[in-house]
Amino acid sequence: MNSKEDVSLRKYIASLLKKNLREGGRKPFEYRNIKIETDVLSQANGSARVKFGDAEVFVGVKVGLGSPFPDTPNDGVLMVNGELSPLASEDFETGPPSPRSIEVSRVIDRAIRESGTIDTSKLCIEPGEKVWMVFVDVYPLNEDGNLFDAGLLGAIAALKTARMPAFDKKTGKVDYRTLTKEKVPLSEEPVMCTFWKLDGEIFVDATRRENKVADCRLSIGLNKKGNVCAMQKGGEGTFTDTEVFELVKKAQSLSKDLRKHF
Amino acid sequence: MGMKSDKTLIVKGKRLDGRGAEDMRPIKITAGVIKQADGSCEVQFGETKVIAAVYGPKKVLPRRYEESTRAYLKVYYFMAAFATSERNRPGPSRRSTEISKVIKESLANAVDLDKYPQTEISVYIEVTNANAGTRTAAINAASVALVDAGIEMRDIVTSVAAGKVEGQVILDLMQDEDNFGQADLPVAILPRTNEISLIQMDGDMTPDEVKKAFGMCIKACQKIAKLQREAIVNKYKQEGGNNDE
Repeated sequence: MNSKEDVSLRKYIASLLKKNLREGGRKPFEYRNIKIETDVLSQANGSARVKFGDAEVFVGVKVGLGSPFPDTPNDGVLMVNGELSPLASEDFETGPPSPRSIEVSRVIDRAIRESGTIDTSKLCIEPGEKVWMVFVDVYPLNEDGNLFDAGLLGAIAALKTARMPAFDKKTGKVDYRTLTKEKVPLSEEPVMCTFWKLDGEIFVDATRRENKVADCRLSIGLNKKGNVCAMQKGGEGTFTDTEVFELVKKAQSLSKDLRKHF
Repeated sequence: MGMKSDKTLIVKGKRLDGRGAEDMRPIKITAGVIKQADGSCEVQFGETKVIAAVYGPKKVLPRRYEESTRAYLKVYYFMAAFATSERNRPGPSRRSTEISKVIKESLANAVDLDKYPQTEISVYIEVTNANAGTRTAAINAASVALVDAGIEMRDIVTSVAAGKVEGQVILDLMQDEDNFGQADLPVAILPRTNEISLIQMDGDMTPDEVKKAFGMCIKACQKIAKLQREAIVNKYKQEGGNNDE
């Protein structure tokens, strides 16, 4: 946040927030219009296209054969990757993954992994040798803020539709072209609510412009029971403990609405 | 995390190393451990050992990171090759990149970056022995090293993690508790105001447990902050030779 434009944008957005207003006419705790389409790509085992207003994210799930990690020989492997392609935003660049894209990948990955979304023990074919690997790739198509919430919502929607490829036990070969009716084994559906703070004012579902000039953000992941399964603070600003507790409660009620989109 | 342990981690309210739920491991903080650096610090939490060094304010490299109104804060967290049970490939990883980012964001608010425009302040952190809580130890070490380097600061950033093991909220997790526990929640605060500058969490916690964990961390951070200040005072007592006591 260096340029004069950013400084005046920050002032403008702060002045709106003080009046309980935002660009686009939303209230501070109102999400944009959310749309989810699933099974949109025939080559993927599962896929979803998520829109939060103008923000658009593609998520594809691919399932393949691999070997397990040495410390978990009886478990399949889950990999989540955020691919911030330069086609989606002038802030994204080609080349090795930026700290930002690594953070997005890892936060979505932890929310899925640590909440026990995928029952990895059911993905074992031969202990220590052969397991299924589930790859979840998140691709923003049009970056307009709130990658965490849209990315995780898309990831779960895509996983819910994902089907396993045909596997011949005798030959040990996979026919990637044929999808069976068997689904990827899921036992949880985490949802994430991210809150931004700008000049003391807190709001959800930031657009690209709001995200650019905000002081900090706090993402809160919740499982079906309403328990917290992931948190991540970003940005240089700070939160107070009372704010954190209030936001956990707020996230519980907001997550119920987000779940309706599955 | 989430793996099943074959041993019980809490027996009659006592943890594997004899600690109670709200006890931290023995802490040792030493300022000025690297003569070459402008500021440095070693922090130990039990078996976890971390060293931080600060260089700067100096010329910004690469030049495109230069900011006209404030210093560019560069933070690198590394895990030494020998710090983990299996050899760890040295250099940046996806994990270390994310941790470097959150450490930087937790420190930036406390450092008076506006005082040093068009310069770079770099913080390099090396974990020499890992036994859980490396990012929190790194933040403690980095902020003492910044003070040791004479960088102007609003506060000393202080950090510790809480977590959940066998249904109980506990403070300052060690390796087994981190691997086999149900949740891990590292927090950093600015101890003068209790503003929170780092929050991460994964696992499964009810809102009440989250509240309890934050309470424990904030209380513990006040204790750590005292040790951080002592470390700086001790260094200058030894250096100055002009002992008032």
